[in-house]
Amino acid sequence: MNPPPFPDTAEQEPVFSDMRDGDSDEGEDIFLGSSKTGAESPSVPQLNIKAETTDLFAEQASSTAPTVGLGTGGSSNGVQSDDDNDLFSDAHVELPTENASSSTPSGPRPAATFIPGTADMQTKSMEQLEEEEAKDTFDVDVAVTNPEKVGQFTPIHFSLHNVSHYQSSTIKFNLYLCFNNVLNNAIIPFHHYNWKLYLFLSAGDGMHAFMAYRVSTKSTLPVFRNKEFSVKRRFSDFLGLYEKLSIKQSLQGCIIPSPPEKSVVGMTKVKVGKDDSSSVEFVERRRAALERYLQRIVAHSVLLQDPDVREFLERDELPRAVNTQALSGAGFLKMINKASDAVNKMTIKMNESDTWFEDKFQEVENEEQQLRKLHIVVDSLVNHRKELCGNTAVFAKSMAMLGNSEDNTALSRALSQLAEVEDKMEQLHHDQAASDFFILAELLADYVRLLGTVRGCFGQRMRAWQRWQEAQSTLQRKREAEAKLLWANKPDKLQQAKEDITEWESRVTQYERDFDRISVTVRKEVLQFEKEKAKDFKFQIYKYLETMLQSQQRLIKFWEAFLPEAKAIA
Amino acid sequence: MMEEEEAEESPPLSPSVIEGTEEVTPPLSVSPSTIRVTEAAQDGELLTFIIVSQKLSGTGEYHVDRTYEDFDWLQQHLFSLEDVPGIQGIIFPPLPARAQQNAPVKLVRQLGLLATGETWTPYCRALGAYLQQVAGHSLLSRTQHLETFLTSPEPPGRQKVKKGLFNRLSQAVEGIRKGRPHQGTEDVDDFFRTEREHNLSLTGLSRAAAERFLEVVQTEQKIAVACGHFAASLQLCVEAGDDPGQETFSKMCVKISEIMESMKKNVQKVAENDVTTLGLGLDLECRYQEAEKEMLFRRTCKLVELETASRNAERAKPLKKAAMDGDQKAAEKDFEQVSVVAKQEVARVQRARVAVLRQALVRWCELQILTATSSAEQWNQQLLAFRGPARGPGPSS
Repeated sequence: MNPPPFPDTAEQEPVFSDMRDGDSDEGEDIFLGSSKTGAESPSVPQLNIKAETTDLFAEQASSTAPTVGLGTGGSSNGVQSDDDNDLFSDAHVELPTENASSSTPSGPRPAATFIPGTADMQTKSMEQLEEEEAKDTFDVDVAVTNPEKVGQFTPIHFSLHNVSHYQSSTIKFNLYLCFNNVLNNAIIPFHHYNWKLYLFLSAGDGMHAFMAYRVSTKSTLPVFRNKEFSVKRRFSDFLGLYEKLSIKQSLQGCIIPSPPEKSVVGMTKVKVGKDDSSSVEFVERRRAALERYLQRIVAHSVLLQDPDVREFLERDELPRAVNTQALSGAGFLKMINKASDAVNKMTIKMNESDTWFEDKFQEVENEEQQLRKLHIVVDSLVNHRKELCGNTAVFAKSMAMLGNSEDNTALSRALSQLAEVEDKMEQLHHDQAASDFFILAELLADYVRLLGTVRGCFGQRMRAWQRWQEAQSTLQRKREAEAKLLWANKPDKLQQAKEDITEWESRVTQYERDFDRISVTVRKEVLQFEKEKAKDFKFQIYKYLETMLQSQQRLIKFWEAFLPEAKAIA
Repeated sequence: MMEEEEAEESPPLSPSVIEGTEEVTPPLSVSPSTIRVTEAAQDGELLTFIIVSQKLSGTGEYHVDRTYEDFDWLQQHLFSLEDVPGIQGIIFPPLPARAQQNAPVKLVRQLGLLATGETWTPYCRALGAYLQQVAGHSLLSRTQHLETFLTSPEPPGRQKVKKGLFNRLSQAVEGIRKGRPHQGTEDVDDFFRTEREHNLSLTGLSRAAAERFLEVVQTEQKIAVACGHFAASLQLCVEAGDDPGQETFSKMCVKISEIMESMKKNVQKVAENDVTTLGLGLDLECRYQEAEKEMLFRRTCKLVELETASRNAERAKPLKKAAMDGDQKAAEKDFEQVSVVAKQEVARVQRARVAVLRQALVRWCELQILTATSSAEQWNQQLLAFRGPARGPGPSS
């Protein structure tokens, strides 16, 4: 074998350029400074859960079949793709919502009213309800689509030959350094002969590749340059956005939705090009999760105004986010628990004027536990359905074989037909499993994480309180120091002491204000969150009911078609 | 709701077959298609089945209670019927395996589809089908044993059986029950050669199909359990409170719980439909194929006997020649009779199984449609409840 000519190893550039995350401009303190909230009052940013892969915002040209009519067959959304995203092709159906205007606090309105963005759907009664609510025309629709693998490098083969042993080990070392970032999981086989060292790295589309997602936004908000635009983002960009938001002082106390977790196993399989169903599922799961993540962010009126968010949606090229280590599943949990631990392990017991915060925190903790348990149960349901899929497929095959061996013609034909119907049933069970998963299981998982975030907010408030308390004790110490100096009659140091006191007095005031502000924020956020949660759940249940209804309707069709075949047996 | 199995009518036998019988046994006094096993009563480990049948005279019903031993007694007597020429060629109606409460795993596996589900209904139906098949068989139905089984208030199997009879019985049973395929022997008859091959393949395929179907049903049951689990867990999330956010959420939990309960019931119904129609059908199909296999084997044994007798006759020394010739002639006649009966039985069973499968498939299909329609209606109602009045404060939760 003739290894390809050996490229210059001495200066092997690293495969990835580790660019520092160019820190984007910190947004102004929205809380204090921004006047946008008052003037424009973006109400009801409406979200459209669309996950089609083609022509995102095209008008739904098909007739709006009544979703609650029996016998009208399956829905005629027009985007009934049988292969993927079948689930979401019906997502434009309206959500029944409460007339929230009466109970809304002043300021940004509850955002999670999921209604279709297109004008076609005006015929439904729910549409009219929404019209009444939405006085303004502001809306932001966000969708995440088109996951595609982006391979950066062509196959690389290295070989070192006629290299002395000493040299080769140095080179090996250098090479490993270069590829370290990229090839964490790759096994690099190499053959080492006496004086020849062949190093084969077939990187191929292996570890260099990543998944890029198309983020499409449609909005009438003047803050955006265009009404419709889309950008390409990769997973680490989403993580990076969260990273930026969560460290902002101005967003303290806000419930910032968290992105989906990293998954080394899942992504590795995808990267090495495995095209099996679990990889496909993984990508779809991630895509949907990223979409929900963004939708929750833009539904949050404060976050929507954050320049980092806008940049994420609009800017063509984002500097690569590198500090995303903290956001693996375990990392996220650790972060949250650290925050909420602040609430539990308090050295100085906080004297709450009203028990709202304590009670609410307890509620949140309890609910998180309950949802965790529910999630486990739903997970098992999803697995059983998948099992049913497999069983049905195998059963279908056995019936086909039976049909083939059957002498009686009519019976033989009927059995073969039955096998085909059972194949369709397999698809139906698969869709039902997807429904169970994407609607129920992911909903529960999302809220487990969100509730964790809420706990974190309480923790932030606690830290703010502690900071204030600590400042107060520092101030006290400074005053005592001043008193001592006065008594000891050391005028030269007195000036410094007085300056210290002034500084700490203003800090105490500042921290107290911060604490009050964060308390207000947390309270508002939590109430908002609960409203949205109820709406979210309601919407998901509605969607779930619809899929179940459609599932039954499909089933009826299959069997009605088969019945005459069965009756024809003689 | 017992489903009536179609009674199988066997074709009239040729006179040469029933030539031998002089005694005219009285026909069965009940109508075969009305025989049903209506329930199974449990008394500790013992299962007692109630069997109901209509009198032919139309004057009433017979109600008897029998245990599995009684069924076994009947079957064994059928195997050992005398004065039925070519009895070896009969494809005996297959009796389901023994069922018992808290059966060991091996027995449960043997029962397969009949052991799924909460009740003994599928099993009872299978037993009922067996009785109908026996009662509908022109040769087998004439036995006094069947009459006794169906009509006598006293359980027949518990009577003391004479020892001599027992020996003959056990021998006969042994001869009848052997199911090992005798593959070495070439068949003289094309019809049977193809039939044996066909039967061999169908036996395997039908068993595979039944097993696959069983797995489907079991998974459906697991789904039902998971739904129930989910529904119950949701109820735990419901908390009383005056917090409006909490209240809405609790209402949601209750709603999802109701939906899950509905789904559980739906899936349970689907599984039940599966078992009582196609499940029973596939199970019976398996047992039919097994019974035919046994018959074909017996016939092959007869063939072997014939070939042995022929060889003996050929090689016989003049002293024994006559006897050997006689033996050979007897074996020939026996084999012929068996073959004639066998051919007719194969045709009979073929018609029977097609009818069974047809009915199973049709009924299964109908029930699927029925269940799905009612389920769809339920989801529809739920959706409407969600949407609430057209204009107003929103869905009534």
